[in-house]
Amino acid sequence: MKPRIAPPELQPATFTFKDTAKVADILSRYPADKKQSAVMPLLDLVMRQMAAEVKEGGGWIPEAAMEEIARICEMPRIKVFEVATFYSMYILAPIGKHHIQCCTTTPCWLRGSADIVKACEEATGCHVGETSQDKLFTISEVECLGACVNAPMVQINDEYYEDLTPERMKEIIAALKAGQDVPKGPQIKRHSSMSAAGPTTLIEEAKKAGAL
Amino acid sequence: MPKLKINDIEVEVPAGTSIIQAAEQLGIEIPRFCYHDKLSVPANCRMCLVEVKGGPPKPQASCALACAENMEVFTDSEMVHKARKGVMEFLLINHPLDCPICDQGGECDLQDQAVAYGFDRSRYFEAKRAVKDKELGPLIETNMTRCIQCTRCVRFASEIAGVDDLGLLNRGEDVEIGTYISKAVESELSGNLADVCPVGALLNKPYTFTARPWELRKTDSIDVMDAVGSNIRIDARGNEVMRVLPRLNESVNEEWIADKTRYAYDGLKTQRLDRPYVRDTSGRLRECTWEEAFIYAAGKLKTLQGSEIGALAGDLVDVESTYALRDLMRALGSNTMDCRVDGADLDASEACGYRFNTTIAGLEQADAIVLIGTNPRKEAPIINARIRKAWLTKRTPVYVIGERLELNYPYTYLGAGADALEKLDIKAEKPAIIVGMGALRIDGAAVLALARKKSVVTAEWNGFNVLHTAAGRVGALMVGFAPQAPFSTKGIKAWYLHGVDNAEVFQHVIAKEAFVIYQGHHGDVGAQRADVIFPGAAYTEKAALYVNTEGRVQMARAAVSPVGQAKEDWRIVRAFSEVLNVPLAYNTHADLRKRLSAEIPAFANVGEITPVEWKPFGKEGTISATSFTSAVANYYQTDAISRASVTMANCVESFGAPLKIAAA
Repeated sequence: MKPRIAPPELQPATFTFKDTAKVADILSRYPADKKQSAVMPLLDLVMRQMAAEVKEGGGWIPEAAMEEIARICEMPRIKVFEVATFYSMYILAPIGKHHIQCCTTTPCWLRGSADIVKACEEATGCHVGETSQDKLFTISEVECLGACVNAPMVQINDEYYEDLTPERMKEIIAALKAGQDVPKGPQIKRHSSMSAAGPTTLIEEAKKAGAL
Repeated sequence: MPKLKINDIEVEVPAGTSIIQAAEQLGIEIPRFCYHDKLSVPANCRMCLVEVKGGPPKPQASCALACAENMEVFTDSEMVHKARKGVMEFLLINHPLDCPICDQGGECDLQDQAVAYGFDRSRYFEAKRAVKDKELGPLIETNMTRCIQCTRCVRFASEIAGVDDLGLLNRGEDVEIGTYISKAVESELSGNLADVCPVGALLNKPYTFTARPWELRKTDSIDVMDAVGSNIRIDARGNEVMRVLPRLNESVNEEWIADKTRYAYDGLKTQRLDRPYVRDTSGRLRECTWEEAFIYAAGKLKTLQGSEIGALAGDLVDVESTYALRDLMRALGSNTMDCRVDGADLDASEACGYRFNTTIAGLEQADAIVLIGTNPRKEAPIINARIRKAWLTKRTPVYVIGERLELNYPYTYLGAGADALEKLDIKAEKPAIIVGMGALRIDGAAVLALARKKSVVTAEWNGFNVLHTAAGRVGALMVGFAPQAPFSTKGIKAWYLHGVDNAEVFQHVIAKEAFVIYQGHHGDVGAQRADVIFPGAAYTEKAALYVNTEGRVQMARAAVSPVGQAKEDWRIVRAFSEVLNVPLAYNTHADLRKRLSAEIPAFANVGEITPVEWKPFGKEGTISATSFTSAVANYYQTDAISRASVTMANCVESFGAPLKIAAA
């Protein structure tokens, strides 16, 4: 999906990193002459900082931040822009507080992801690609997020919610709306990505790990 | 040196040569879109796939695979054809079928290769995608729906032009070429974007919808918009120049040309002097016949002594006419002639003192480059591209004395004037010192002598360079169009001005009451002041020799004929000599060239630089403390042709005239 880019009237004029220690830490991971390697974690840091700063909704990356990263990483701004528009995890326009990324690739789709998307739309009152009126939710369709064993699944901000049913999806959205905590990972009685019926091999080890 | 077989032909190539380059050496053409031999290799179009035995059993991208020992490459096998057909089918999924209304039609890589590898129908019924066009300024027309994402433009902009403005945005089927925030590509080489684009996505804007490539008559020629002498191809239809394209010359312009070279040609269609004029008693210029103009001018000159007649040669003059005019002035007994009309105090006596001795290609060998009173980005963008290349490949350090410049490579600023030159101490084996016209002011002789002293000259290296801004200057100096004694305008009652359109000449040199004969092709500054006008030919309209700043003699050919009653310039001088009763000793162009090269053998050496001895030049002396300034303030309008060009005027409006930043 083509990234939405915030219109000029929403773009802040400047952007400064608050957590300068974190910026230094990120830069220290890469050789001094290969600073541009830091572009991805810095873009992520911008989103986290913005999420804490915005009055409503979630974090996004303004153009001023991309210019700041270009300056820090000593790379052309267009190269930062290229990276930011390439990955679906970078958000370039104001977004809901909870970004529901529904996986609709084949394994999830076979396990009913279309119904999950529908459930999200019904529960939030907005369509795929839109943000809800209360600025709490934005729904996106994304490609495979790599949790196919527990399909269907969605990613909301940093967390995975797996083994969903339309009903459970609606409950999750209702809980998030109410500000309650929702258990992450599989939403049925499954440990991690083990078989849903319980372990069939390495049973002793599973017991030791407390999964049985 | 790996040895390999391509289509069963054995070839040995230097290590690191890619298969596509090795095949090229054998004359085997491999289709490609993204690969360009002057740019980096991204291997993203997949059109150059070949079959390689001794590698994995799948087609390989020949542009990105280096030749290895005992490789067996097949460029024409069944596997290769199948793979390329597949690639072509993918490329055509979204490429519009608009060849009949596309300016690239007839010279389009995609069109040509689709003939070889395309299918005669489409298997796709889905809608094609459309991409919004980008605004890239007054020179480049965009049709982004036609883009096949080869990224040549992105690489050209960042590698050659040095402007990181273009990028490949988004992902998958949404991928498109874009700019950060919609803005024009600010480069003097931006016109080359249209050349590198293999499809009709980036096009020559002023040429849009004016001609088809198969209608055009192509003439190899030489550019005169700066002193680089870029090799160009002039495409004309009927008697109209339709466009100007670069021609490959590795020692001069590689395969790029600057924007003024490419786009100023529309100035050839306006403000032209197409018939002779004389100024009548009321002070107005009146059309007349050649006969009348000649008799009128000759009548005036005949009343004067030789020492009362002077001649000046402007920036765009060719060698032959300057040579003929020199002979005419000598026959008249005058020694007052000069080609340094911008006031640059060049030493005309020694060729080594006014040439770009390192040579343009030689800059790549330099281990330090010093720019003195010059902004190569505006005075010679092609030479600037070489300096950038030297910096890009070898990180050659660049030093600047003069104004602070906005260059597309980093430099160390040493100072504004002569004191910085005095202190200059570059620890390098092969430094190249480039002296611009901006450093050769009234005390130019002393600047030259000082720069000479600072230059490293050995048997295999000459680091002293003069960067000219006028295409005709070196040629005119070589034929001796310069005064033998100190130049003096005292007592000059009549001037023969050959293409002189430099406003400062009319302010400082030409006396108010002097009689002025102007020979030239544009109604510019010179024609306004003239008492008689001899209409001459522009560079596209005459076969002539030009000498670039290196001292390389190059031959231009006539692409179209002169407008109206205008004539080739040397013919005008020859005909006028007859009227003056001092007929010159040549009647044909061939005779003139023969005589010219007999007198100055360098002119027989077309395309080459004739070596000269390293001798003293300039004159040591005190240099004023004022800072050096660049000779060109407004890149887009430097001469009579570019001042008449609408495209160049649009560029000034878009990019703003001065690119310089204030001195800190």
